[in-house]
Amino acid sequence: MSREVTVAKREPVVRMAKRDTISRGKAWGIRLIAVLLSLVTAAVVIVAITKQNPVEVYLGIVDGAVGTNRRAWVTIRETVVLLCIAIGLTPAFKMKFWNIGAEGQILMGGAATAALMIYAGDALPNWLLLIVIFIASAAAGMVWGLIPAIFKAKYNTNETLFTLMLNYVAMQVVTFCIVFWENPAGSNTVGIIGAAGQKGWFPPVLGITYGLNVILVAVLTVGIYIYMKYSKHGYEISVVGESQNTARYAGINVKRVIIRTMMLSGAICGFAGCLIVSGASHTISTSTAGGRGFTAIIVAWMSKFNPFAMILVSAFLVFMQQGSIQIASQFGLNENASDIITGILLFFLIGCEFFINYRLEFRKNRNA
Amino acid sequence: MEPVNAIELKGVTKRFGEVTANDNVNLTVRKGEILSILGENGSGKTTLMNMLSGIYFPDEGEIRVNGETVTIRSPKDSFALGIGMIHQHFKLIQILTAAENIILGLPGSGRLNMKQVEREIAELTARYGFDLNPAQKIYDMSVSQKQTVEIVKVLYRGADILILDEPTAVLTPQETEKLFAVLRNMREAGKSIIIITHKLNEVLELSDRVAVLRKGKYIDTVPTKEATVESLTEMMVGEKVTLDIHRTKPEGVKKRIEMRGITCRNKEGLKVLKEASFDAYSGEILGVAGISGSGQKELLESVAGLQPIESGEILYYPPEGATEKISGMKAEDIKKLGITLSFVPEDRLGMGLVGSMDLTDNMMIRSYKEGGKFFADRKKPKKLAEEIVSQLEVVTPGVDTPVSRLSGGNVQKILVGREIAGNPTVLMVAYPVRGLDINSSYTIYNLLNEQKKKGVAVICVGEDLDVLLALCDKILVLNSGRVAGIVDARSTTKEELGLMMTGDGEEKKADE
Repeated sequence: MSREVTVAKREPVVRMAKRDTISRGKAWGIRLIAVLLSLVTAAVVIVAITKQNPVEVYLGIVDGAVGTNRRAWVTIRETVVLLCIAIGLTPAFKMKFWNIGAEGQILMGGAATAALMIYAGDALPNWLLLIVIFIASAAAGMVWGLIPAIFKAKYNTNETLFTLMLNYVAMQVVTFCIVFWENPAGSNTVGIIGAAGQKGWFPPVLGITYGLNVILVAVLTVGIYIYMKYSKHGYEISVVGESQNTARYAGINVKRVIIRTMMLSGAICGFAGCLIVSGASHTISTSTAGGRGFTAIIVAWMSKFNPFAMILVSAFLVFMQQGSIQIASQFGLNENASDIITGILLFFLIGCEFFINYRLEFRKNRNA
Repeated sequence: MEPVNAIELKGVTKRFGEVTANDNVNLTVRKGEILSILGENGSGKTTLMNMLSGIYFPDEGEIRVNGETVTIRSPKDSFALGIGMIHQHFKLIQILTAAENIILGLPGSGRLNMKQVEREIAELTARYGFDLNPAQKIYDMSVSQKQTVEIVKVLYRGADILILDEPTAVLTPQETEKLFAVLRNMREAGKSIIIITHKLNEVLELSDRVAVLRKGKYIDTVPTKEATVESLTEMMVGEKVTLDIHRTKPEGVKKRIEMRGITCRNKEGLKVLKEASFDAYSGEILGVAGISGSGQKELLESVAGLQPIESGEILYYPPEGATEKISGMKAEDIKKLGITLSFVPEDRLGMGLVGSMDLTDNMMIRSYKEGGKFFADRKKPKKLAEEIVSQLEVVTPGVDTPVSRLSGGNVQKILVGREIAGNPTVLMVAYPVRGLDINSSYTIYNLLNEQKKKGVAVICVGEDLDVLLALCDKILVLNSGRVAGIVDARSTTKEELGLMMTGDGEEKKADE
């Protein structure tokens, strides 16, 4: 029961204190400093590893992402796809239902789209075909979201594992479909569907190839913002996410909310599959989702589930991704070089949130 | 030379952002004394103690322990200085024995000699008069026994200065007496004890001196001998307050709720309510007393439609119209019948409110279904929130502040305010003043009395028997899930209630 008194007699040099409030200007100032610091750090890394001029590498990234009209539009096209998926994840994540099955939901939506393009391409006029594709892709994603939701509501199964495993099921479904849709035979790929008549392709709007993609996702973004913030459903989702006990106390039917919300989440992710297949690649493979279902999780979290912040975050991520392709060929670097730069930027951006929430206090009197 | 003080705080200040929780506090604790710290909610008692136990670090000022200036940077430093804190919520591992919990985390030789540890513990318990079996598992223990383990734990680690945060909140009168006897023994042995409490009669009974804080500022320390309930209240509040609960005779009494033979099980499958029956009448306050965890929660939740019922039935007698059977219904179904049951649950932020939401959104919990089909109406809830803030004097920066940022008393005011605003026919409240200061407590008692006068059937689960005796018309006593009896609050005594709460009735044998 003996004890040694080894207590230091001095105040700690630095300690943290939580900030109560911070002015908007100051918060953005901190973020700006973080971006500048990260660019400097990344420059040091670039010089150390590749011996390239970092300014040129940065310019290469910008050139790759928005250097030409076509490149800029590809960046926008990829941004709206990522945004769409993040928007789809938002209601589920707000409910604390960890839907990591967006990959599968996208693939199912994409498979439904491809099936309609192949089998109904000639039977329907293009406008009607597109509407049927929208509905079918959303429905396919919805089913993929509904299955784990039912099990969660009825048997309280773990949704993280369930949605993750459904991703692999969806991949197998697509592999199976490719057997039938192979073109040319023996290639084990589907090839461009309906290249001749562009049946089921998104038509250019106002002369812009990807105009429809942008319009549709913009409508979805505003819609989900309103749904989450002002509707009764949105309110129910928040309450269920915070505490199921409170939800029951409030007379909310928790099971129904879980199922309804996951149907919505899955449907939007399924629709993203249609954006990819019908609106961009016009083909399908097991890598159609391409990990975007997971990247969108980062987008949603970094934006703190604010749909408008998601626009910025997804644009940033896609910008870096597109830029990386350019610097890879221009400087003979590995594509991962850009991942390093993105990583450094993200590290500083997420890290600076600490300084926005906390303040450091230094020891005042050294001899205390 | 004057005697060395156990603890001396000089000019201690702690700020959280804009809020100054402790403002230039000076406090001394002598060796071998029991010092009570009194103060309303948010007066900075807990913050002050947290600085002593190494959870917070003061912004300004100095702390002296046994005459020496010290720096307490972590709970480890605090322990090394011989300061031990017993928190309100126990931090014990259920499946270990008392002795195992006591030595948990202590350094020692590679081989554990449990016999010797138990001998040492037995020595300690004998010295101070504790009642403790070192080999007993925590999950087999009552709340009071767990508290004993916590106290022995800090003593075993060699603490000379003990801080107890509201130790009697969960104890019966008999258990409280036992605790006080032990604390007095510890004082005789030269230990210094700081006790935080809201119960003034306990302060007067137990402590040597009383220190009072008000809104973060240190007011004074007075010898208990010279203090009265009135003088202490005045120091705490800063003005004279009347501490009367004005109990009126019940009028227009009619049966509202009838519970018949309700049995229900908790998540682990244990019976928590055993054939409970009672009637609640309009214009009356029915108190519910019992050791915590005797089925109070389930009693209220089964009426509110939140607790699955195994057998029995609950009937609702509306002011007009036919009797409804509400057992087996969910909260939403009861609401659809147009029955307004208001319920202030024990777990305020886990059930009654959503901590991360603002005041307006928390008002909506009861009313969001009203109005249009798609959009939720936030105008009326906002107005209600503003009304509650001004009527109940809730301290908040605004109605857009998340509820979790408010102090416990203000959270409770918002919850009670919302539930009363629903114009209920039955109002159920669980521990309505737990953690609340004197002023807020009396505000709540007055609100309950007003509801009673309006003809509401009020059911109030409480822990302070003095208050239940002064407030209620009838008191239902629960004893491990059974209704031990329903007595007239005007004629019964605290001792009688205490016996009913703990008594081993013959019916106990018939359990399970």
